[in-house]
Amino acid sequence: MTHKLTQGDHVLQVDTLARVEGEGAMHVIVRDGLVADVELRIFEPPRFFEALLRGRAWTEPPDITARICGICPVAYQLSSCLAIEDACGVTVPEELRVLRRLLYCGEWIESHALHVYLLHAPDFLGYQGAVEMVADHGAVVEQGLRMKKAGNALMTLVGGRAVHPVNVRVGGFYRLPTAQELGSIRPMLERARDDAVGTVRLVAGFEFPDLVQPHEYVALRSPHGYPLESGSVVTSSGRAFEVADFGKHIVEEHVARSNALHAHLEGVDGRTSYVVGPLARYSLNHDQLGPLAREVARDAGLGQECRNPFQSIVVRAVELVHATDEALSIIDSWDGASAASVEVPPRAGIGHGATEAPRGMLYHRYELAEDGTILDATIVPPTSQNQPGIEADLRAFVQERLDLPREELVRQCEQAIRNYDPCISCATHFLDLTMEES
Amino acid sequence: MATRDAAGHGRPKLAVWKFASCDGCQLTLLNCEDDLIPLATMVEIAYFPEATRAVVEGPYDVSLVEGSVTTASDAERIHEIRRVSRRLITIGACATSGGIQALRNFADVAEYRSVVYAHPEYVKTLERSTPIAAHVTVDFELHGCPIDSRQLLEVLAAFVQDRRPRIPSYSVCAECKRRGAVCVAVAHGTPCLGPVTQAGCGALCPAYSRGCYGCFGPQDTPNTRSLADRLRVLGMHESQVMRFFRTFNAGAEPFRAESERHLGERPDIGRPDIEQHEEAAP
Repeated sequence: MTHKLTQGDHVLQVDTLARVEGEGAMHVIVRDGLVADVELRIFEPPRFFEALLRGRAWTEPPDITARICGICPVAYQLSSCLAIEDACGVTVPEELRVLRRLLYCGEWIESHALHVYLLHAPDFLGYQGAVEMVADHGAVVEQGLRMKKAGNALMTLVGGRAVHPVNVRVGGFYRLPTAQELGSIRPMLERARDDAVGTVRLVAGFEFPDLVQPHEYVALRSPHGYPLESGSVVTSSGRAFEVADFGKHIVEEHVARSNALHAHLEGVDGRTSYVVGPLARYSLNHDQLGPLAREVARDAGLGQECRNPFQSIVVRAVELVHATDEALSIIDSWDGASAASVEVPPRAGIGHGATEAPRGMLYHRYELAEDGTILDATIVPPTSQNQPGIEADLRAFVQERLDLPREELVRQCEQAIRNYDPCISCATHFLDLTMEES
Repeated sequence: MATRDAAGHGRPKLAVWKFASCDGCQLTLLNCEDDLIPLATMVEIAYFPEATRAVVEGPYDVSLVEGSVTTASDAERIHEIRRVSRRLITIGACATSGGIQALRNFADVAEYRSVVYAHPEYVKTLERSTPIAAHVTVDFELHGCPIDSRQLLEVLAAFVQDRRPRIPSYSVCAECKRRGAVCVAVAHGTPCLGPVTQAGCGALCPAYSRGCYGCFGPQDTPNTRSLADRLRVLGMHESQVMRFFRTFNAGAEPFRAESERHLGERPDIGRPDIEQHEEAAP
């Protein structure tokens, strides 16, 4: 990271935003003491997944799209499975849906523990990173690593490995875990659930900058509980639509100087930005949280809705409680399945799928030829949906802090961006900070 | 090998660099949960932006490089990194063979750009995705999509101790036999790239009743032609064999060459509507 500060034209540049997944930059324009604009620039090189999927077989997207993101591969795998199964007119049996949910719990635990402890907590505690925290907060870091390890162990058990699981296929799984294998991970998950409750208490005690944002929240809502592996779309302004209608309600725009696409909600009054992720999920699905997660959220002082982006770390911790708790109940009620997968014969058609990645709703759409060849693919990752919301937060946030020393301003802006756990690898379709004052 | 002070103290300085990739191989380092804190006492994590804001100035004793080169600025950046690195180790399929994004090497990148972006002129990219060794001298290439954490720790330990890493270059079949897994190709007729793929995963896929899909790339002497014949016997079409070799290590020479031999029944990957997108002037 380099900071260039020249007195004359007040330009500040940070080349790499640390502790995010991927690479990007932030550009702030200040005119007459007022923040005129904030731009997030993504310079993660494009990898063209939507193009390279054309011509591949309908069975291939779970393995290929997993490679979009090493932190949330299951999100990509399961959104693609849903979309292809939809195109082929197949719904997987209930027990396979539940097993997908269990695998997804593993990814939430691994990803949230990584973000809360290794990426975001150092901001609140005043450290450069988690390794630097070890000397003063060794037990805290160990608690985080222990939970992360439990999440990875669950992914490894159900998915074969933690990064790019091998056991997910269109139609279900290659191999079913046995009840005995699932039982073996129980003690680790019980400890992780205790650690998650401890995490909520820890992070609820952090100091949160005062910022209340009127974002439109968008998340899935599902009859199967807190949104994870399936659902339909709901918004905080009361809209509700099926995933198949995603394209009618949400438009992606390509913004100059960025390799990411920005998503907007199409409305009668024009296009509005919106936010996905933990705050949106929590605020739209508070009633669907498990009893333990709801209790610890209340004790942490969270209402049924959360509007301070900095408190996303508390909501992530609450979701850690929910995910560990639900994983345990799925394991306890697991009674096996008749088969590891169902046949998904190809047919010509279009299919849609959306699931809740740790960072927010992830949408896939595929158009298939009769023989299952992919003719067209669309992937809308959470970070490209959140980019306008992050910029809106920064506009409000930077304005109140223009008098801060630059180094401190940069640090606080990075913290505000990390509220969204932006996965820049995913959203190449993120941050060095430049500031222009005139 | 550490950059030591006059009294001979100091830990080796480790840097982690990212090019076009999914972050999964870097994450594998963070996934060494039990070994992460001991590792941080063994080496100084001097540059690792995914984990810390702190930056220790180079030069670095060991640089881990994730990702492939896909932009002109990255093609320059890798030379700067080589200059400040005593040892340079590539981690993963992207850095070692170009990754899944090397599928563009077989296609028209302008077409790719217009499929994904409304304004292709905003997007700067090279025609090809290339491994790090195509640009600079690499001291060791660690295979995998993603890499294996035990292999990563072995490579780091070896470089700290100034010895060659003990990383096998034989095929997945050897690991499969050692594990006592049933051969999915022989027993079930499941197409499997295990015979031509480098070991390191522990024969994961066969243990999950599926064929190996080659994420560790080619082993040192792969007989891809013989395997391709076998895949045809198992019922794969030419286009399926071609795609089987063209995934995460599509740019690795043996896999690339074998895929080129199976272009016979190429599926219709282009559609007329793609051709309608003319690249807009900047």
